[in-house]
Amino acid sequence: MQRFSCPFCGLRDETEFHFAAEAGKHRPEPAPEVSDADWADYLFGNDAPRGPAREVWVHLTCGEFFVMTRDTVTREVLGSAALPGRSQ
Amino acid sequence: MTGWRHDSAGMVDRDRPLSFTFDGQPCTGFAGDTLASALLAGGPRILGRSFKYHRPRGLWGMGGEEPNAILDVTENGRTLPNVRATTMVLRDGMALRSVNAAPDAARDRLGLIDLAQRFLPAGFYYKTFMALGWMRWEPMIRRMAGLGVLDADHHPPADAPSMTAEIDLLVIGAGPAGLAAARAAARAGRAVWLVDEAAEPGGALRWRGGEIDGAPWQAFARDSCQAVTAAGGRVLTDTVLWGAFDHGMFAAWERRADRPDRHWRLRAREVILAAGAIERPLWFANNDLPGVMSSEAALHYLALYGAVAGRRIVIGCAGDAPYATAAALAAAGCQVTLVDARSETPPAPEGVTLRRAARITRAHGHREVGAVTVEGVHLDCDTVLVSGGFTPSVHLHCQAGGKLDFDPRTDALIPRPGSAPLLTVGAACGAFGLAAALAGGHVAGGGAGPAPAASGAVWGIAPSRPDPKARGRVWIDPQNDVTLKDVKLAAQEGYRSVEHLKRYTTLGMATDQGRSANFAGLAAMAALTGQTIPETGTTTYRPPFTPVPLSVIGGMRRGEGFAPPRRLRLEAQHRALGARFREYGGWLRPAHYGTDEAKAAQAEARTARQTAGLYDASPLGKIEVLGPGAAELLDFCGYVRMSTLKPGRARYGFMLSETGIVFDDGVVLRLAEDRFIVSASSGHVGSVRMILEEARQDRFDPARVVLHDVTAQWTTLTATGPASRALLGGAGIDLPDLPHMGVAETRWQGVPLRIARVSFTGDASWELSVPARHGAALQAALETARAGHGACWVGLEAVMILRAEKGFILVGKDTDGITMPQDLGWGGPRDRRQDEYFGRRSLFTPEAMRPDRRQLVGLETSGAPLPTGAHVLASDGPRRSAGFVTSSCHSPTLDRPVALAMIEGGRSRIGQEVTVFHLGTLSTARITDACALDPEGARLHG
Repeated sequence: MQRFSCPFCGLRDETEFHFAAEAGKHRPEPAPEVSDADWADYLFGNDAPRGPAREVWVHLTCGEFFVMTRDTVTREVLGSAALPGRSQ
Repeated sequence: MTGWRHDSAGMVDRDRPLSFTFDGQPCTGFAGDTLASALLAGGPRILGRSFKYHRPRGLWGMGGEEPNAILDVTENGRTLPNVRATTMVLRDGMALRSVNAAPDAARDRLGLIDLAQRFLPAGFYYKTFMALGWMRWEPMIRRMAGLGVLDADHHPPADAPSMTAEIDLLVIGAGPAGLAAARAAARAGRAVWLVDEAAEPGGALRWRGGEIDGAPWQAFARDSCQAVTAAGGRVLTDTVLWGAFDHGMFAAWERRADRPDRHWRLRAREVILAAGAIERPLWFANNDLPGVMSSEAALHYLALYGAVAGRRIVIGCAGDAPYATAAALAAAGCQVTLVDARSETPPAPEGVTLRRAARITRAHGHREVGAVTVEGVHLDCDTVLVSGGFTPSVHLHCQAGGKLDFDPRTDALIPRPGSAPLLTVGAACGAFGLAAALAGGHVAGGGAGPAPAASGAVWGIAPSRPDPKARGRVWIDPQNDVTLKDVKLAAQEGYRSVEHLKRYTTLGMATDQGRSANFAGLAAMAALTGQTIPETGTTTYRPPFTPVPLSVIGGMRRGEGFAPPRRLRLEAQHRALGARFREYGGWLRPAHYGTDEAKAAQAEARTARQTAGLYDASPLGKIEVLGPGAAELLDFCGYVRMSTLKPGRARYGFMLSETGIVFDDGVVLRLAEDRFIVSASSGHVGSVRMILEEARQDRFDPARVVLHDVTAQWTTLTATGPASRALLGGAGIDLPDLPHMGVAETRWQGVPLRIARVSFTGDASWELSVPARHGAALQAALETARAGHGACWVGLEAVMILRAEKGFILVGKDTDGITMPQDLGWGGPRDRRQDEYFGRRSLFTPEAMRPDRRQLVGLETSGAPLPTGAHVLASDGPRRSAGFVTSSCHSPTLDRPVALAMIEGGRSRIGQEVTVFHLGTLSTARITDACALDPEGARLHG
């Protein structure tokens, strides 16, 4: 079982967390100006990097979303921070 | 029966004989025996039949590596399948049954299969029967192979506690290396957990004996355990570390006598692995015959249980380890011949005949071993002990991500230092011999000063390998019946990578995890392909190290303990009214009142339409959305705009997923400019809240809006039907003048009361919500007034009838993973909204624009209700499904069946006759509007 660090609550078991999205994805909008291909890429296209990855996770028990950097190969957690503009 | 019980050796209690049966034959053992030691000393030699060829098989080892002695054990009427005889303690009255044998191990009928072995190479069954229709033959093949039989009546209690611990230093294995490491660390003040799968600490010291620091080893073991306990640590025996997991977590199974087992999740700052090593067999023809055993195991059984493997014994080896076995067996009175492949060996132990530079090439015997050929010479014997070297137990190191290096000195793969976050010491890293193990452990534990002293050099070992040119049938993996010939075949057919070898031959895939087989398999492949052992590589090690009962891993998380249903605050009151409960969306709710479900639901639905019905709607989600940004957030997250809703009003809407699929539906109440309540479906509250939260935090200013799930804080009771207004008046509730979809916050008997005129039944309805602690009073008031108005309590089954009559959907029942709002007749917001909202773009993809999307309609039939799930056939072309029935019931008010269905292009086909197909029968129905009752909505204003 992995352990992740919630920037608000500290180190907790992975069962308390849920993956939300890859960090840095921008929602293409407004809808009428977005092509089918771009929308499909937003919905289903992920970089899924091998190695360090920046991801948005949610700590279900406190409900806060945050950015976690972790290595998808070694499973090492490299850091976690509140969403941009949010204080911890 | 060749094994026998020594008069005095071992630690069994000879004053306490225990009786048991094996395949129906009575046997005896003593208190302190394992199943294996009792069978070795006084049971039959054939303990089972092999997996594929049904060859007779006997005891091989002494622990989790045992490939043959696997038994179904019945005790007190309960059968535990596939127990390793080596790891279970004997108790009086146990009935043991051999596996994969009919009628029993001694007389197995399928033993004939072995005669056809020449025609049954690796992959035979798949290669042959795939072409002949595998599905037809598979049941027969499965019956012929396999292990024990499950007892369908065996429901082990869900009573194994799950424990967690954070540990400073975890030492795995309490042999000499583990003890030395734990003692050194404990003396330095560290809290150490010392874990061992055996009942006592000591590891191989328990049967090999020895002196440490000039005293018997027991004093050292005792001292080490005391040091651990004194420093705040813990010694766990009978505990198997069965897996290494992410971020330094280890799982352990602790067996406890007369108490439920425990499952541990251990997380340690540092880990020392001292798991020891497992003896390898030797590879000569017929090396699987009963009577061929691990030499180390024979010493183990003699020293611990006084169980002696035989009387005329040949020991084959190429190392120093079996010399102790030979000496002990000779001292016990056996006639021992030691056959050592080396030309330079230690001196022969007293009373032992030593033959140097000699190898066993074949074992003879029909049902058990009776002789061996050594360098062309026939040698009679009743038991053959073998030692082909040792395989370090590196499983946990590898599970933790560690790599291995080949060490030619010990002819073994040992952990590469630094490749895993644990330190391996002792025999597990190739330090064979007592002094070397103690020294390694002492250093790893951070010991100051000299290591505990012991005599004895590091064991000499000369490599032993399967000889690819060997004649006869040489077993590599006895549990899965893989022979050297199969490895050759794999090499010949190109399955040369060890991972391919494993999958092609099933080498090492049995429940012993190939503990005694893997190295030989890869060594054989290396020899056949002319590669070195490091070039050949090893297969991946995965948990569990030892088979662990699922009941231990599951612990108490079973049934209601796995997913506890949520319970109504008023459950007792409903039960007093005769409610029968069932789970709906994770909540235990009244299904109906009274015993006869079909009649009760019909009667309740009829009464609710004629006079009034009352039901508990508390599980309905209630998410408060507060703040100046509340309307903006709901507009983005919802399909129907809520910013245009006036305070004091409610509006029905949907929440979509970003893929445009209907995720949830429900009513949103606006209590004030900056205060909304989202009524999510009871099973969706958590996920709806997360969709709102994600948008709140990732898109909007979270300081301007907050969310609060208050579902459990309120009790909601709903009154519906033409007489409901009068009933509520009779209960002393002042009803404000509310239109349909009006909301008011008022007080009742000094208690906050929220009244919402929203309807899930199509009749005038009042949803009354009070703080949960006042729910009982509200329920009592309604119950008192109920009878006077001819009303009744209605369960969820009746509510389902009422909503189906109206064509009101249940998300997840009437919708599926491709349903979009326009399919439900809710295309308006999609066509009109100009602002951005969740899932918007997905409603305009080519898929979303298809005219033949399945749409919600009703189906009218006569006779019995249509089965839910029945298919509506396409009207032209070849027979195919054009949709299906999603909800169906008999309507007591209309006195005919009503049904909802999702049908391709259904809205444009209203009035048409269609054919309905269900389990081979056809019937007809007419497509109608989804709403079958009161389409004008006159009843809403009742």
